[in-house]
Amino acid sequence: MELCNYSALELGKKLREKEISAKEIVTSVLNRIGEKEHIYNAFITVTDELALKQAELADENLSKGEDISPLTGIPVAIKDNICTKGILTTCGSKILDSYKPPYNATAVQNLINDGALIIGKTNLDEFGMGSSTEKSCFGPTHNPHNPDYVPGGSSGGSATAVSLCESVLAIGTDTGGSVRMPAAYCGVVGAKPTYGRVSRYGVVSYASSLDQIGGFGRTVEDTALLLDSICGYDENDSTSANIPNPNFSQSLKPDLKNLKIGLPKEYFVEGIDERIKEKILKAVELLEENGAELHEISLPHTKYAISTYYLIAMAEASSNLARYDGVRFGYRAKENVSDLNTLYEKTRTEGFGREVIRRIMLGSYVLSAGYYDAYYLKAQQVRALIRQDLENAFEKIDCIITPVTPTLPYKIGEKNEDPLQMYLEDIFTVSLNLAGLPGISLNCGYVNEFPVGFQIIGKAFEERTILSTALSYEQLNSNNR
Amino acid sequence: MEFEIIIGFEVHAELKTSTKLFCDCKVTYGAPQNTHICPLCTGQPGALPVLNKKAVEYCLRAGLAMNCSINNDSLFARKNYFYPDLPKGYQISQYERPLCENGYITILGDDEEAYSVGIKRIHLEEDAGKLVHSSESISSSEYSLIDYNRSGIPLLEIVSDHTINPLRSIKEARSYLEQIRQILRYTEVSDCIIEKGQFRCDVNISLRKRGSTAFGNRSEIKNMTSFKFISEALDFEIKRQSKLLQEGKKIEQETRLYNEERKITLPMRSKEDAPDYRYFPDPDLIELELEQDFIDKISKGNRVLPDELLKLIVEKYNVSKKDANLLTRNKSVAKFFTECATYTTNYKKLAKWIINNLLLLLKNNSLSIESAKIKPKDFASLVNMIVKSDITDRIGKTLLTEMIISGKSPEIIIEEKGIVTVEDEKQLNKFVDNAFNSHPNIIEQLRAGETKAINVLIGDVMLASKGNADAKRLKKIISQRVKNPDK
Repeated sequence: MELCNYSALELGKKLREKEISAKEIVTSVLNRIGEKEHIYNAFITVTDELALKQAELADENLSKGEDISPLTGIPVAIKDNICTKGILTTCGSKILDSYKPPYNATAVQNLINDGALIIGKTNLDEFGMGSSTEKSCFGPTHNPHNPDYVPGGSSGGSATAVSLCESVLAIGTDTGGSVRMPAAYCGVVGAKPTYGRVSRYGVVSYASSLDQIGGFGRTVEDTALLLDSICGYDENDSTSANIPNPNFSQSLKPDLKNLKIGLPKEYFVEGIDERIKEKILKAVELLEENGAELHEISLPHTKYAISTYYLIAMAEASSNLARYDGVRFGYRAKENVSDLNTLYEKTRTEGFGREVIRRIMLGSYVLSAGYYDAYYLKAQQVRALIRQDLENAFEKIDCIITPVTPTLPYKIGEKNEDPLQMYLEDIFTVSLNLAGLPGISLNCGYVNEFPVGFQIIGKAFEERTILSTALSYEQLNSNNR
Repeated sequence: MEFEIIIGFEVHAELKTSTKLFCDCKVTYGAPQNTHICPLCTGQPGALPVLNKKAVEYCLRAGLAMNCSINNDSLFARKNYFYPDLPKGYQISQYERPLCENGYITILGDDEEAYSVGIKRIHLEEDAGKLVHSSESISSSEYSLIDYNRSGIPLLEIVSDHTINPLRSIKEARSYLEQIRQILRYTEVSDCIIEKGQFRCDVNISLRKRGSTAFGNRSEIKNMTSFKFISEALDFEIKRQSKLLQEGKKIEQETRLYNEERKITLPMRSKEDAPDYRYFPDPDLIELELEQDFIDKISKGNRVLPDELLKLIVEKYNVSKKDANLLTRNKSVAKFFTECATYTTNYKKLAKWIINNLLLLLKNNSLSIESAKIKPKDFASLVNMIVKSDITDRIGKTLLTEMIISGKSPEIIIEEKGIVTVEDEKQLNKFVDNAFNSHPNIIEQLRAGETKAINVLIGDVMLASKGNADAKRLKKIISQRVKNPDK
């Protein structure tokens, strides 16, 4: 087995036993990238030189016996909407296709401080707006299990890179399911911590009240290691939660005894692919057989989640994306620009893709005088109800299990003409973002060649519960295989 | 037809906090372009705002001084519009639940009575950058440059309430602005220097038939850079609007620009073209919960206000209202007065000397009370000397000129320059008298032309004054005595 195929935990062990060097890990990962990239297009930028330099430093530290963190010497890929100092951060958009940030996002800085190796910047739907990673100005990313199909999105590059062992770990952002959904389509673990747990400083904002950095790994324990590094209070982010950071990886307890799992009846009805439903119920059964208690719960406002989510996300996006005006950085229209308004109009029309323009226009509309109360304000009120639904449910249970997506991966280009159809893909993931709760998506089997994922939702700041449950399942499942 | 005038203001004042409203960049004036900027105040992707607590404190200080109620669950909102000086494409401001609401300030009304003008709201927002055009305007320029040093400097927006005691004349409008500026200076939240752009205002004005309760359509006037221009613009608007109304025409609700050269206002945009700013609560900032303790601490720590100081000076020091008004116009002058008042009880004279002499001399020497070196204790002692007739007014002024420049005490200057005080003069005359008495024949000798005889007198006086007497001056006194012995 090549080094790139190992888990972070195993690589860490080998590094500390001086069996291998960080440089060897990077070399293996870079080789894999060389083999796969031309087919799958997971990366926008591969930072090979930086990773090799960081590997040298990691090896030096390790040889001196300076054990910085379990992530020392472990390659991590970064979604291209998270700022990396002096390294292209394009958001998959023409409008930022040459943008190099003057600073590192807090999460990236934490990874660097922990000795992780930045291997590259991964592909995404432009500004995170999509569920397929097709809507990038750098072309689509292809599903690792069948390159004709989408890998899910918007963090499809990160999920694909981890799945193909082009990186050991990766971070992405999750505004309405953008970590959990591609994790399910690619068959890896994807975790979105509680809103406020990971600093948003340096995350290029799509919808500020929903955006959250999440992590990808091939195992639950690897994902926990990654979360340990990126989570934590940051005074540069006013919405960051000032509460102590538990050591996730050290405190996982794969114990299902008396664990109360809720199954929302509204999530297992219409529109879901029967084959997916079957796999998930089998997973739930396995958990029950090993000690978990199952409870049917009701989340009555689920049917409003999609519309609520899109109203809020688009409204915030319309304002967050106003700064891309061609004045200070990024793409600037040059032909036939006679005055200021033309500069704005042409720059933004030429620089943004269709989906982004659609969301900016809808968002501007719902914030307009005369419509604000009917749309944005109403959406905020419904958001409170959705949050209340989940809070009520969590009075009786410890976690909730749901599907991640209603369908299996679809062919690239298949849903291009129907944005509404694509918005509906987010049905099982957006409620969490609206409520700010943590969720994890992990594999529970395959339909044909495609992986199926299920989602475990936890109480706010109770990531440990869902990580532990996920670990239990992972262990049980590997025993079953 | 007789009209009532209704005037309202939106005043913007830059706060003198040491750092900007949402980042750590320094607040500076006249620094080289784009040297106090960061990812946040240049609108870089991913940068997030963190509220400066000091700015909140300053806003509350001003709000409490203007009798506002404080919202302890205030919100920040985004005001969305495009302009190159606005790096994020929105300004972080306040819309619903501003920090301060429903206050008032008291001015002297046209009827010479105290008049409480309503303040609708005071809120915090960030300033924009500064555009430098290669020609006159952005549209006529080949290129424009942007300096983001100013971007993110905290601004206070103070909005008057035209429904509660609106301003009724240009004179009241002017008193209102002066009073606002004075309060902001007294509470030490802004220097309000108009030339530095620290104090800016938009004014709106409407007319209505006397006795009517409904408000007429108003025009808002922008682009005025001095109190004088505001008065001129208002004057023009009053004439323009009343002429239209007299002719039975309608006033358009619109925004107008003031043209300094032509002294007229010109239409800028109509109500229909008013931009929709799409305000919504900024999701990057959380609701600002203020503890009552925090608010109380600011109320207690609040600086003395112009009205209070005026009352104190009139009542405690028995200074006339007119003089007290002049003294409190500038807080530092008023403070100087009260400090001097601990070293003298001649309060009225003290007030007069500050108003008539000190302020004039400072002005002539291009100094301010802060930049002048004079100390309150020394100024008080100068006033005491004048009251005791130790020195004449003329000598007092000479001393004062030296004092504001060198910072020396009057006693030191008298000694160094050999200035003859009234006290010295009296003493000298006494010595001369004694000398004449001890040499009864001396006048005869001197009159006879024996000039050397004067040395006997000088010698005597020198001995008596222990050598302190000024020989030149002494000679003058003696010669006068010889010419006119009765004196």
